Amino acid sequence: MRVFVPRDAGALAVGADEVVAALRDAAKQRDIAIEIVRNGSRGLYWLEPMVELSAPEGRIAFGPVTRGEVAGLLDAMLTNGPHPLRLGRAEDIPWLERQTRLTFARCGVVDPISLDDYRAHGGSVGLQRALSLGPQATVEEIVQSGLRGRGGAGFPTGTKWRTVAQTQAPRKYIVCNADEGDSGTFADRMIMEGDPFALIEGMTIAGIAVGATKGYVYIRSEYPHAIAAMNAALTVARRGGLIGDKVAGSSYAFDIEVRAGAGAYVCGEETSLLESLEGKRGLVRAKPPLPAHRGLFGRPTVINNVLSLASIPAILERGAAFYREFGMGRSRGTMPIQLAGNVRHGGLFETAFGVTLGELVDDIGGGTLTGSPVRAVQVGGPLGAYFPPALFDTPFDYEAFAARGGLIGHGGIVVFDDRIDMAKQARFAFAFCALESCGKCTPCRIGSTRGVEVVDRIIADRDRAQNLTLLEDLCNTMKFGSLCALGGFTPYPVLSALAHFPEDFGAAPKGAASTRLQAAE
Amino acid sequence: MQDREETHEAWSAARTAEIVVEHRGTEGPLLPILQAIQRRFGCVPESAVPVIAEALNLSRAEVHGVVTFYHDFKSAPPGRRVLKLCRAEACQAAGGEALAARAEASLGVASGGTTADRRVTLEPVYCLGLCATAPSAMLDGRVVGRLDQERLDTLITEARR
Repeated sequence: MRVFVPRDAGALAVGADEVVAALRDAAKQRDIAIEIVRNGSRGLYWLEPMVELSAPEGRIAFGPVTRGEVAGLLDAMLTNGPHPLRLGRAEDIPWLERQTRLTFARCGVVDPISLDDYRAHGGSVGLQRALSLGPQATVEEIVQSGLRGRGGAGFPTGTKWRTVAQTQAPRKYIVCNADEGDSGTFADRMIMEGDPFALIEGMTIAGIAVGATKGYVYIRSEYPHAIAAMNAALTVARRGGLIGDKVAGSSYAFDIEVRAGAGAYVCGEETSLLESLEGKRGLVRAKPPLPAHRGLFGRPTVINNVLSLASIPAILERGAAFYREFGMGRSRGTMPIQLAGNVRHGGLFETAFGVTLGELVDDIGGGTLTGSPVRAVQVGGPLGAYFPPALFDTPFDYEAFAARGGLIGHGGIVVFDDRIDMAKQARFAFAFCALESCGKCTPCRIGSTRGVEVVDRIIADRDRAQNLTLLEDLCNTMKFGSLCALGGFTPYPVLSALAHFPEDFGAAPKGAASTRLQAAE
Repeated sequence: MQDREETHEAWSAARTAEIVVEHRGTEGPLLPILQAIQRRFGCVPESAVPVIAEALNLSRAEVHGVVTFYHDFKSAPPGRRVLKLCRAEACQAAGGEALAARAEASLGVASGGTTADRRVTLEPVYCLGLCATAPSAMLDGRVVGRLDQERLDTLITEARR
C-alpha cells in the first residue's frame, strides 16, 4: 500500500507526523506493508493533514485526518471503500481543479527528494531546452514570457537577466530571495518543501543564461523545515548531476548553497539581503548601482524571488507564448495567491492574473472561518493596503491594485472579520516598521516611531485635525523619502485603514488624509 | 529542527576560534559563524566578539554591529525551552493576540522574557509561514498551528515540564 502524507511545515503544524506514526502502528498491527511518501502540501490547508492513497483510479484524498481516525481510515483504504473523510480523487477536488497550476504543478504531487519522481513529472525538461537554446535565446524566452518579479516589486525578470548577461565580469551570482517575511504568505516555503528541484532547476537555468556559476538561496531562519528540505534536495541534485561541474552532462558548471537569515524582516529587500549574505548588517543600499551591475561582493547578480525562479522551468518547458497567454494587461502568467488569516478555505490558489479580490475571498476562500462578516483584507503583506469589501471588484493585477492605492506584493491575502480594530492595525504597521527598520534612512527610522505616536494621539482624539494633517505629511515623507519599500510602503496599510475605516479612529473623519486617498480611487 | 530542549556548552574562546576556522573558506562567513556559535553556546556572548573580529580581520565594532543588528542573536542563553508565538497580521486575524496575552499571564513573563526558573523563554515571531492554519507557534523547532486556548495550554505545560 502506497500512501502520501505531507511533510510540509503547515501540515506538520496540524499533526502530520502524528498521523504518520499512527499509520505505521496501525499497519503493523494488521501486518500490512505500507510505504509512506512524505510529499509537499497541495495547499488545501483546511484539509491538512491530507492523506492520499495510491489507487488504480488515481490518488484518493482523505482529510483533515486526526491521529484518532487513522485506524478506521486504514481499514477503509485497504478496501478502497467509503469513509467520512474521503474527498475523492485529489485533482478532482473543485478547489484544486479550478486552479491553473504551472509553478505549483508538482507541489504536493511528487516526493520532494526524488529526482526520478521529479523527472517523471516533467522536471528538467526546461533545463534541457535552455541548454539547447543557449544562453542568449534563454534570456529572450524569459523576456518574452512577460514574467515579473513575484517577490512584490513586479520588475520584469527577463530585463534583470539581460542586464546581468550583458555585464562582463569574472564572476557572477544567482541569488534566490527566500526571505519570505510577509505575513499571509507561504508560497516560497511550500515550493522549497514540496518541489525544491523546481527552484534548483530555475536557478541553474538562470546561471547558464547569464554566465553565473554560483547560486545562493537566502532562507529566513523562521523556516527551519524549508532550510532542511532545500539542503536535502541539493545533496540529491548534486549526486544526480542536476548541478555541479557538468550541469546535466553539459559543459556548464553551477552550484548552489543555502544560507540562513537571522531574523531581520528588512533582509527581504534585495540589497539588504546582499549585505547580509556578505556578512554585514542588513543595511539597504542606495540604487544605482543596480545589483545586476554590482551585486553580491560587487559582482553582477541576478536576485529573484523563489516563485520567479521556480516558474522558469515551466516557462521553458511550455514556451514563453504559452505562459504569457495567461493573465491580464501587463500582468502575465499565473500568480500563486495565498489565502490566510481568518478564512474558511485557506491555502495556495494558483491562477491567472485577473481574478477579482471578491472571488478570491468570498468564493474561493469561503469567507471567514469564524463565520462573521469579512470587514477587511490586507493584500501584499505588512506593507500592503487594507481593502474593504467595497473594493472587492479589484482584479488581481499589479496595475489595478496600484490604481486603488494598494499592491499585490507577494500575493498574500489576510482576511479579517468584523472584530478587527483598524486603528490598532494602522498603529501596528508603524510599530512593525520601527521594529524592523534597518536604520539607514531617516524617514523610516524616525518616521515609524513618530507614526506610532501620531496614531495614538488620533485614537485618543487629541488635536485630531492637526494630527490627521501631520499623519498625512509623515506618510508622504516616508513614501517619497525612504530608501526602500519598508519605510516607503508602510503608509499603505496606515492610510488605507484611515481612508476606508475612519470610524475606528474615533470621531468622524474630517482630515485631509482620508479625503485625499478617497479622491485618488 | 530540534524538537526538544537544546543543550549548550559553556562559552570558550578556543572553541569559538575553532568555529571561525571551520568557516574561513566560505564567502561572507560572518553570519554562518555567528549562527554556529549560537547553536553551540546558546548565544553570542560579548566575549566572543574580539575573537571573531581578530580572526576575520574586522574591527570589534563591525562584528558587534552585525551581532546586534539581527533579532536572532542573543547575548545570553535563553531558557531551556523557547516558545515562539506568531504576532503578525494573519495570526492577529485569527485571534493570536488574545492567546499571546494568555501565554504571558500563564507563564508570568512578558513577551521576550524568561521564566524565573529559566525553563521557558517566550518570544514573539513575525510570521512562521503557517498563515492558513493560524494562529501558530513554534516550540523549539516544532511547529504548531490552529492554536486555541486548549492547544496553547498543552503547549505551555509541555514547555514547563
